[in-house]
Amino acid sequence: MNDNDRPDQDRPHLPGSGEERLSPSPYPGSADPGSPQRVDELEKRFSVEKQLDLSEKSYSQGQLVRRRFFRHKGALISLGVLVGILVLSVTSIGWGPVPGWWGKSYLTGATVLDGGRPTLSLWPPSLGEHPFGQDNTGKDYFALTMRGAQQSLTIAFTVGILSTLIGTLVGAAAGYYRGWVEAVLMRMTDLFIVIPLLVLAAVVAKIAGGGIWALALALSILVWTGLARLVRGEVLSLREREFVTAAEAIGSSSGRIIFKHILPNTIGTIIVSATLTIAAAILLESALSFLGYGILPPETSLGLLISQYQTAFTSRPWLFWWPGMFILAIALSVNFLGDGLRDAFDPRQNRSAD
Amino acid sequence: MLQFILRRIGISLFVLWAGSVLLYILTINSGDPLEDLRESRAENRDQLIASRVEAMNLDEPWYVRYWMWFTGASKCLVLQCDLGTSRGGGDINSMLVQAAGSSLRLVTLATALAIVLGVTMGVLSAIRQYSGFDYAVTFAAFIFFSLPVFWAAVLLKQYGAIGFNDWIADPTVSTVTTLLIALVFGLTVSAVAGGDMQRRLISFGATTVVLFAVVTYFDSVGWWLRPALGLPLILLLSLAAFGLLLMLTSGLRNRKVITAGLVTIAIGTVLYFVVGPMMEDPSWGLVFALAAISVVVGVGVGFALGGYERRTAVWVSVGTALAFGGFVFFDELLRNWGTFVDKTGRPISTIGSGTPGFSGNFWEQIWNWGTQLILPTIVLTVISLASYSRYTRSSMLETTQQDYIRTARSKGLSDRVINTRHALRNALIPITTIVAFDFASLIGGAVVTERVFGWSGMGAMFQAGLDTVDPNPVMAFYLVTGTAAVLMNMLADIAYASLDPRIRR
Repeated sequence: MNDNDRPDQDRPHLPGSGEERLSPSPYPGSADPGSPQRVDELEKRFSVEKQLDLSEKSYSQGQLVRRRFFRHKGALISLGVLVGILVLSVTSIGWGPVPGWWGKSYLTGATVLDGGRPTLSLWPPSLGEHPFGQDNTGKDYFALTMRGAQQSLTIAFTVGILSTLIGTLVGAAAGYYRGWVEAVLMRMTDLFIVIPLLVLAAVVAKIAGGGIWALALALSILVWTGLARLVRGEVLSLREREFVTAAEAIGSSSGRIIFKHILPNTIGTIIVSATLTIAAAILLESALSFLGYGILPPETSLGLLISQYQTAFTSRPWLFWWPGMFILAIALSVNFLGDGLRDAFDPRQNRSAD
Repeated sequence: MLQFILRRIGISLFVLWAGSVLLYILTINSGDPLEDLRESRAENRDQLIASRVEAMNLDEPWYVRYWMWFTGASKCLVLQCDLGTSRGGGDINSMLVQAAGSSLRLVTLATALAIVLGVTMGVLSAIRQYSGFDYAVTFAAFIFFSLPVFWAAVLLKQYGAIGFNDWIADPTVSTVTTLLIALVFGLTVSAVAGGDMQRRLISFGATTVVLFAVVTYFDSVGWWLRPALGLPLILLLSLAAFGLLLMLTSGLRNRKVITAGLVTIAIGTVLYFVVGPMMEDPSWGLVFALAAISVVVGVGVGFALGGYERRTAVWVSVGTALAFGGFVFFDELLRNWGTFVDKTGRPISTIGSGTPGFSGNFWEQIWNWGTQLILPTIVLTVISLASYSRYTRSSMLETTQQDYIRTARSKGLSDRVINTRHALRNALIPITTIVAFDFASLIGGAVVTERVFGWSGMGAMFQAGLDTVDPNPVMAFYLVTGTAAVLMNMLADIAYASLDPRIRR
């Protein structure tokens, strides 16, 4: 705040300056205190409120968040990488009946050329016949990896969306109504202290039986507890705020209070947590497929590819590197994205102030 | 406090029981236990099916089978466990004893290492916020977060184990490698030391030169095959440990504490010559007895010389005495490395949780045990290191923004006192709650890691049980890991209560 912003009465009234308030009239130097222009000017002069500078643009909450997010370079780059992988994996081999631009299928074998060595070369840039190489039955490894990435992303996003829905609803109900819903929720989160998530997920995934949708559903009903706990914590503090009391006083229903007044205030926590759930789901799915409880052949996933070819590491390392790098790239970019979103929604720990 | 702990134990036991019911139901419904027999073409197929139904009580409803397991398992309270038999007829009790030892050792070691390293890294990166070190730690933490456990394990197996074994056959370090090691350490130390340009340059230069000289010297005398510390290095390292303890407690002001620590080191040096011959081939009993003697010496010296700050002096001298003893132990351990390498040839094993039929003296047994453990431990530590360092960093940053830290600064306390006495202790409180969750996820990670390294531990037992739809091994796995997790949780709660007095009310 510079000196010009300060209301006049804060200034020292120097003797003899004409402002020492010794004049008989409360409005010094005024000939006609009653004129409207005069009142306006006086209000400005004696107002204790800070004058708003209307020439500067003001931003809504959403705009602020967006601005902060777009200033986070790491998050932007990872968003680019994630979208790139998504587009690459969907367009290259196509999705369902829609064909892609990459001619080879991940299901059909072929003769193994040059020991299945990858033909990708960075300089001169060329893809060659099999950019990621071939596996031992001659299947194109690029197509396999793309299919694996498709499956992993599908599962991760489904788990992210479903578990966020469940977690938000249960967390909000537990925080708002307290009582038995809360008790059940807290004991369920305690359960994951005694049974490791991976172990429970392995058993449930085995029941689900290897299809991707069943697996996604099975994982969703397990991973929502973390988000539910976070939402519950936020709701617990929000429900004591004045605006909730006000809404109660005018007779709003509980559902309206939860969905219209409380949940919009927790949107930051929910989005960030959903992102991190997606990253965790990718790792969980690949670990399960690696152990043999996730996706089963002839379908494929990144974890399954690593599991199938881990013994080939010394002879044909590319069979091991490509799917691993894709898991790492996806998980890393989703995690960075989550970090950027967290900074955007909750800038308290951030260096750039606005 | 007691009431608090008792209530926590009660809740934990309830959750443990509820988890066992859930896991039992899920496991017996995860498939068809007779699948392999139904598909078989053996002549006595029906008879085999009948006998398996009989053995696994498949004709009983689930609650009867659960009750049978539960009554057997509850005898564990009087130390007479009866965990039943596996589908193949093996006795679960004896399987469990073998498996549990190696797995719990792995998970506990990884937890301890991850807490110590992760908290240290988190605190340092919070103190040097927005420095190169901070960015490096943050980036590394993100990589570790996103690393698939099994992938990292296979990579480490390839480069860590096979690479090291190839190198130890003819251990020399090239000048370029030496320079690289020295530069990396120099950069790290100068980034952590911070300060102005001059201070950074000095710390960078000094570390690089010292490390380069040390590695070159080690290389020229063939230290990699016949390593040892010797008394001078033991003294130097103990002084370093003593310095660290001083930094964390009283600083250099208090002469009495410094005297106590130095006297402890002097007594240790004398005892080194007395005890030395006994350490040739000791037993664990002797080692623990010696550790107890170090503690007694530390308490005695601290009490006698501490003066008005007796408590601090006792802590510092006990810490110094234990550090000195630890280095003596480590020195003797290193001296046996050469014979161990000669015996095994390729020391770091990539498969199995123990060399079958290995025999050697006390130290070689430790090496044998350690070289099996090292790779899985590194994998698990690295994975959970990430969350500890991130949580500690944010918790520490939040704490240092509190008003009482500003008050402490404004009354002129040094950064050291503020960071160690005011900030760190309060920043550690939220960390304790993560320990419980992290321990559970480490057990999950251990299942995967054990598979990559071919251990016949708890993970293999769980997987075998699940693959054959046999609840008994799965429940035995759960009984051990769940109880360990509950104990860990309880330790974390007690740590929480001792750090935060408000909770004891």
